[in-house]
Amino acid sequence: MSDETNPLRDAIRQAIDENAVILFMKGTPEQPMCGFSARTAGALQTLDTPFAAVDILPDPRIRQELSALSNWPTIPQLFVRGELVGGADIVAEMYESGELAELLGVEQPDEVAPETREPAPLAIENRL
Amino acid sequence: MATNEELKERIEAGIPGARAEVSGDGHHFEAVVAAPQFSGLSRIAQHRLVYDVFGNELGDRIHALSLQTKVQ
Repeated sequence: MSDETNPLRDAIRQAIDENAVILFMKGTPEQPMCGFSARTAGALQTLDTPFAAVDILPDPRIRQELSALSNWPTIPQLFVRGELVGGADIVAEMYESGELAELLGVEQPDEVAPETREPAPLAIENRL
Repeated sequence: MATNEELKERIEAGIPGARAEVSGDGHHFEAVVAAPQFSGLSRIAQHRLVYDVFGNELGDRIHALSLQTKVQ
């Protein structure tokens, strides 16, 4: 057991491990608070992929612990099957090239954006 | 306030041999960075090399830095 326990970091790691697709973002998919987060959540919704969404705004420590864990300084951060896929730029590039759909194992839609299903908002804060 | 020029110089100093084109409004920046060190690296590793130049200024003094990286 690591000497100093870090419940928040453990909760974040657990959330990453337990959810095949998880997006740490500013705000929520329904109400993103930043353009980069909105675009990244939007890409997942357009690919009709269920994903967990964690709003990092309520508690600044979430962002600190997450960035320490992932060694990635910015938000949003997308994890698929426990691996950091990237921030907004990489996810956008992958979405354009079809790599994101492939990684998620879904069809790359041509034009029609399927109606967005409510992803499960995951409140990390209440696990403290 | 951070400037395009400052970011360009720091990227090129921090990643020897890199060439950076930076645009931005003083808070949100976009950089296209080409460097020989990027060859063989995943996109994430390439972006990390650039982000590491700025450490925890990102999200703070530099609100956002969008990246496009290329192997030179």
